[in-house]
Amino acid sequence: MSEAVLTDTGDVLPGGARGIVADFSADKQAFQVPWGKAMMWFFLLSDTFIFGTFLTAYMTVRMSVRDAWPVPSEVFALSFGGEPIPLILIAIMTFVLISSSGTMAMAVNMGYRGERNKAFWLMMATAAFGAMFVGMQAFEWTKLIEEGVRPWSNPMGVAQFGATFFMITGFHGLHVSVGVIYLIVVGRRVKSGFYDRTRGNYEMVEITGLYWHFVDLVWVFIFAFFYLW
Amino acid sequence: MAYVAIADRDHELEHHDPTTFITKYIWSQDHKVIAIQYSITALFVGFVALVLSGMMRLQLGFPDSFSFITPVSYYQFITMHGMIMVIFLLTALFLGGFGNYLIPLMIGSRDMVFPYMNMVSFWVYLVSVIVLLSSFFVPGGPTGAGWTLYPPQAILPGTPGTDWGIILMLVSLALFIVAFTMGGLNYVTTILQARTRGMTMMRLPLSLWGIFMATILGLLAFPALFVSAVMMTLDKAIGTSFFMPAVISMGEQLDHAGGSPILFQHLFWFFGHPEVYIVALPGFGLVSDLLSTHARKSIFGYRMMVWAILAIGGLSFVVWAHHMYVSGMNPYFGFFFATTTLIIAVPTAIKVYNWVLTLWQGDIHLTVPMLFAIGFIFTFTHGGLTGIFLGNVVVDLPLSDTYFVVAHFHMVMGVSPIMVVFGAIYHWYPKITGRMFNETLGKWHFWLTFFGTYAIYLPMHYLGFLGVPRRYFSMGDTEFMPESAFVLNQSITISALFVGVVQLLFLYNIIVSLKKGKEAGPNPWKATTLEWQTPDTPPKHGNWGHELPVVYRWAYDYSVPGYHDDFIPQNVPPNPDIPAHDDGTHHS
Ligand code: HEM
Ligand SMILES: [Cu+2]
Repeated sequence: MSEAVLTDTGDVLPGGARGIVADFSADKQAFQVPWGKAMMWFFLLSDTFIFGTFLTAYMTVRMSVRDAWPVPSEVFALSFGGEPIPLILIAIMTFVLISSSGTMAMAVNMGYRGERNKAFWLMMATAAFGAMFVGMQAFEWTKLIEEGVRPWSNPMGVAQFGATFFMITGFHGLHVSVGVIYLIVVGRRVKSGFYDRTRGNYEMVEITGLYWHFVDLVWVFIFAFFYLW
Repeated sequence: MAYVAIADRDHELEHHDPTTFITKYIWSQDHKVIAIQYSITALFVGFVALVLSGMMRLQLGFPDSFSFITPVSYYQFITMHGMIMVIFLLTALFLGGFGNYLIPLMIGSRDMVFPYMNMVSFWVYLVSVIVLLSSFFVPGGPTGAGWTLYPPQAILPGTPGTDWGIILMLVSLALFIVAFTMGGLNYVTTILQARTRGMTMMRLPLSLWGIFMATILGLLAFPALFVSAVMMTLDKAIGTSFFMPAVISMGEQLDHAGGSPILFQHLFWFFGHPEVYIVALPGFGLVSDLLSTHARKSIFGYRMMVWAILAIGGLSFVVWAHHMYVSGMNPYFGFFFATTTLIIAVPTAIKVYNWVLTLWQGDIHLTVPMLFAIGFIFTFTHGGLTGIFLGNVVVDLPLSDTYFVVAHFHMVMGVSPIMVVFGAIYHWYPKITGRMFNETLGKWHFWLTFFGTYAIYLPMHYLGFLGVPRRYFSMGDTEFMPESAFVLNQSITISALFVGVVQLLFLYNIIVSLKKGKEAGPNPWKATTLEWQTPDTPPKHGNWGHELPVVYRWAYDYSVPGYHDDFIPQNVPPNPDIPAHDDGTHHS
């Protein structure tokens, strides 16, 4: 594959490895994707730095405090019939969120196949999973607050535990909530045939999906750093 | 594969053509109007910051002669001056102003990819400015923590503005970051995805390379500031202890314990150093185009210039702790950061050589933009060299927090970008307004500003060697300061006030020339880049009339031998009368 290609401006494009470079620096588009999708990539890259900074700050704080950090398997346990089961709620929350990534991926697929109704319902399922996740998070927050955990102090150990926990899970929960709204807005447009009228394709579903998968992925890291460390 | 057709949105735009005054100039989605809104707002707050610097200088030159400048207000002025200059003037003007105006025009597109979001970006920026300025009117006044906002002092009583000022500052920064992100995503996506036919990345004018890389730096560096602003707000508002160690303040043990002030410094400078390049890289880019155009010569080493921009951008993320040599860190870290800091000087020096070599044997027209561009080479080289001193740990330790540092950063990121700002405004003024500015006034503006700033900042290096500390309201009867230092301080103050007043020449010039300036015509500088080839001057909504331009050559075909003119615009097709110029990007 190394024939040179003649373009409409009369330039000769190289083939082979140099062709790859030429492709990236080609005219018009560096990536062969719609504008919205490219923009979502860049946004998520920037957002990665936000969460990256949050988590780095968390690690620094956790390693530099002098008193004991509360033990996650005890703090995050739920009792059923008197038996505390460590991390059970988090396990369910994580399962729910991962399932939502599954329904989202199916929605994207249905969108591209033009099955508007299926895409819509799958997106609503995703949003419902998301709402469930936020609900369970609210439940977990309530439980911790009832046990006396506050951002500025807590009975189990150093104050920074509550501060980092509420701040970072809160920021993530905000992302999930925004995602739910985003899904509902785009989902309704899918159902009403809005995209058939405007751009004639369902890339918007995929773009929403990118955001959703990203939020899930971030959760995996938060999960690992807060609950497993 | 590389040539996917983009639907020309011509018909869609006709649809949206704004008609009323409000949709045309206020709630406008046109990148050119948004650019002007950004620029005017930025220049306005810039003037506020300039006035604040004048008041600080009054106190430093003539201690205690002015009752309205107290130690408290001095710290508030210094903080607001620094933050406004760096963020709300320079970042906003280079990216929101020049980025918005030049990107679509230079790549031959009709607008940004998402004009609505672009408009919202400006309005959020405006709100952030209003929030910032409102802190002058709240109880306790604006924060006096210094533009670096270091905790714990930034939020402890005793520092000015800890009632409301600090909160407003942090909120305003967070808003600015939201605004910047909305604009920045547009700039990056537009440059990468919406170029016209034939406009390859390696044919982009260097202005756009600079703006592009600066925007990427912003998108990756502002998150650190955003996160630290959130954490500090929590520390202040609800009493968490992210950055707050156990402190006894005014005889009382505070509720904080266990936080790390050094963490804030790392986060701040992880943003803060790239921020220096966020204001420098667009300057580098714009000045390259000014030099090439007004010296009628192709830019020397275009590819080298592009790679240098990319290298500087990448390296700028691994040098941040050179601002923290005196904060205490592992000596090996100091060694690491000193090394990376000196390495970044290499691509920077390459750029300076290339600018000088662009001038070499050029047909130099000493127009006003050119004067400012050459002025930039001087001030930037000057500030860059003192940076090499400060990058070395052992040299920095005694000089840190003295006027040597104040002189250094003002030369390199104060005066130099401002030189480019003026040069670039003069350069593009004819395109933006359709009229020429007054050349004579412009030249006066340059010479007075250029020598004036040297009169301000050269003596500051010497004060720094004497050990005069930075951020001091007054020296009192400090033993080590000779009488001459006080005289120097007076002379600096007089120069500073003078330079401040001289800027009125600029204001007068650009305002009066709007009406009185003579018609500029489409391409008064005979420049090659696309923005000078628009069918209308100033360009209309949609920029290009009915057909997008097609690009056939790089941006620097000046003085090509054998051609009847000394410039060949980027959209002139190759034909037998024009000697083919090989820009090195398209070999068969
Ligand atoms: C005529 C123009 C200017 C004058 C007279 C001036 C004057 C001053 C003065 C007197 C200080 C305080 C020094 C001290 O007490 O330690 C200062 C600080 C500062 N200036 Fe300027 N300045 C000017 C322009 C600029 C520009 C264009 C920038 C843009 C980068 C800038 C950025 C800063 C910063 C970041 C600080 C440090 C604030 C702090 O310590 O928190 N200045 N300036
Ligand atoms: Cu730095």
